[in-house]
Amino acid sequence: MSQAAAAGQVRLPGRPAGALAGLRACLRAEWTKTRTVAGPAWLLAATAGMTVAVSVAVIAAVRCPAGMACPVDPGRLSLTGVQLGQAMVAILGVLTISSEYSTGMMRTTLTAMPRRSLVLAAKAAVLTGEVIMAAAVGVLGSVLAGRLIMPGHGFTAARGFAPLSLASGPVLRAACGSVLYLALIALLSLGIAALVRDAATATGIVLGLLYLAPVAAGFITNHHWHNRVQRYSPMPAGLAIQATRHLASLPITPWGGLGVLAAWAAAALLAGGLLLRLRDA
Amino acid sequence: MTTITPYRPAVQAGRDGFGQLLRAEWTKFRTVRGWLIGLGVAAVVTVLLGVLTGGSNDIACATGPGSPVKHGRACLPPPPPTAPGGQPVRDAFYFVHQPLAGNGSLTARVTSLTGRYAAGQGPYPQLTTPGLQPWSKGGIIIKTGTKPGSRYAAMLVTGSHGVRMQDNFTQDSAGLPGLVSAVSPRWLRLTRDGDTITGYDSADGAHWNLVGTAHLTGLPATVQAGLFAASPDHTVINQNFGGGESGTSDPSQATAVLDRVSLAGSAGGAWTGTQVGGGAAAAAPGRFQRAGDAFTVTGSGDIAPVPPGDGNGLGPNITIERNLAGAFAGLIAIAVVAALFITAEYRRGLIRTTLTASPRRGRVLAAKAIVVAAVTFMAGLAAAVVAVAAGNHLAAAKGFYLYPVTGLTEVRVVAGTAALLAVGAVFALGMGALLRRSAVAVTAVIVAIVLPYILVVASILPVGTADWVLRLTPAAGFAIQQSVPAYPQVYGLYTPNGGFFPLSPWAGFAVLCAWAAAALGLAAYRLRRRDA
Repeated sequence: MSQAAAAGQVRLPGRPAGALAGLRACLRAEWTKTRTVAGPAWLLAATAGMTVAVSVAVIAAVRCPAGMACPVDPGRLSLTGVQLGQAMVAILGVLTISSEYSTGMMRTTLTAMPRRSLVLAAKAAVLTGEVIMAAAVGVLGSVLAGRLIMPGHGFTAARGFAPLSLASGPVLRAACGSVLYLALIALLSLGIAALVRDAATATGIVLGLLYLAPVAAGFITNHHWHNRVQRYSPMPAGLAIQATRHLASLPITPWGGLGVLAAWAAAALLAGGLLLRLRDA
Repeated sequence: MTTITPYRPAVQAGRDGFGQLLRAEWTKFRTVRGWLIGLGVAAVVTVLLGVLTGGSNDIACATGPGSPVKHGRACLPPPPPTAPGGQPVRDAFYFVHQPLAGNGSLTARVTSLTGRYAAGQGPYPQLTTPGLQPWSKGGIIIKTGTKPGSRYAAMLVTGSHGVRMQDNFTQDSAGLPGLVSAVSPRWLRLTRDGDTITGYDSADGAHWNLVGTAHLTGLPATVQAGLFAASPDHTVINQNFGGGESGTSDPSQATAVLDRVSLAGSAGGAWTGTQVGGGAAAAAPGRFQRAGDAFTVTGSGDIAPVPPGDGNGLGPNITIERNLAGAFAGLIAIAVVAALFITAEYRRGLIRTTLTASPRRGRVLAAKAIVVAAVTFMAGLAAAVVAVAAGNHLAAAKGFYLYPVTGLTEVRVVAGTAALLAVGAVFALGMGALLRRSAVAVTAVIVAIVLPYILVVASILPVGTADWVLRLTPAAGFAIQQSVPAYPQVYGLYTPNGGFFPLSPWAGFAVLCAWAAAALGLAAYRLRRRDA
């Protein structure tokens, strides 16, 4: 095939020219790869399942006893499961490219589709699509759990906690934003995996990047540094999108926070794509 | 007929000992460059994250209402008195005393303990609201002298914890329960015999119960014996989600009425009233009145250890485990290396060679666990030593008060952090052998150890649930880093946010060990049952 490409004139039947057509072919190839192995399906199911499970567990644990002020953001609380769901998404994002390196499949892929940035773009697109589907299930389940359980735990309308509803703007933003958050985490993982290739190392880096910031923030007493960590690290900044009240007290605006995460994901993808082109597979 | 001699290689067969297996695994580990780099990264991030979180902290404090915020050493309070064990303590109370030479005994009956406190903080708090604090105290005490921090043993009644015997600030044992009143008075007695002071209580003055025995080494021949009253600040804790932060703290005062005071032994002189220590004395000066053998003693302050944290009067203070926050980062790097130590064998097919050479599979896993644990422990120990040294140096240079701990505790915290990483590595190895997929194993370990901690410190979970999370999940292991215990005799907020774990250091560590053992045991079982 590479000889055919080098000749420049031989065109295989059923393989139209053009970048768009190339992208379509890449997308089809990636989609076939994803749906024909069991791993991604399990991970997507785990993303939705664990998001809902942790959300339900946390919602069930939190009560607002009579006579106590409850400075709780119901939207953020009912979407707590995203903090575990993102770990599943991270595995999925990492394995999208790392498993090809570990099995040697990458060489086949790049022989079939020599335009490497196109391969990464196709992987990113397929990954984003499937993660959005799974995340939507997990997030909707979490919001539903919050709507059903929280009023029985003292979070009543009389005390200023209207039942969670996607019809309310902030809740809709938190829900859609959480889905986008998980998609961006997947892209960040894909970019980092393209950088370091090894699945375990990439997973370690992604999860370290995500989980260490809130741990470090807990130990930093300096107000300025605490704020900086909350504003510029992917997890605390990205999860600002889950806030549904007291937006003024947030270290970063909801969409601004998601933007910070998007910048992290874009940087990782860019660096990963660059190295993919520069390095031998 | 020719005799066929079977071929015998010149090389001797390798021995099948466990030592040989260990050596093989160690050779594998040290010859993979990536794993050594990973180990180095773990050590470096442990130090870096610890030093960065510590190094970013700065001292900023307002010295009084309306005064500007100052930075640096300008606003540091004077160093607190310390207990014989080295802990910073509060030693402020009103003391009515006379010298007691040699052995002797002090007896008194407490008929009343009442208190007042200032509700709502102001520049000049008025003690107008009646009420006792949980650890308001009044009773009898034998003390080396009137210097704050000097050794003592006391029998006392408290606001809501019954009769106690306390000595040397950290020791506390319970006597008769219930509140003291005129109809149910409490008799208290302290007996000195050499360096030993024994405390008794009684409800009627006839039947005495032993409450506790204190050994005050090096107690001088002449001590001060007498009556005292103290009352710690009225503290309101805003018990909201995740424990919140401690709320307001206002001065308070306690008044104890004691009669039938008798001092047996070679005592001499009159009763003298002394305000020991400083603190809230200015807002609420102590005093005493005497009518025959009945005394009314009024005092503020406390005789108790000072736990680390904000607003405890120590000024900006840090504990040594604050420098070891990087263990979280180190653990993530270690999890990657330890999981790869087994999953890489599956990926490359080396596991079949390994198991052919050493068919007893459980022993292979054991050898791997020992090697990875030993290597991680050494790297972790080096990192923890450097992190504590660098962090303490940095904090001292900035003027922070380093919360003192005993050498033994420091060894436990530093070596415990290394052991935490080592057990985390074994846990990751077990998960790797169980799941065979490195990415899944690494995620499982990180999510199991780090995520519960985040959910707890991010103040999402209510206190009770948070405590259970830190008892049951592998995150319980971080309790090994806690250098200062929660003092039940000091009312306060003891939450994981402030560095207080629900389990004792070794119990928490045992929980992590149990998780690691379970993972390794399951992995050994599956390794035997399944083809490689």
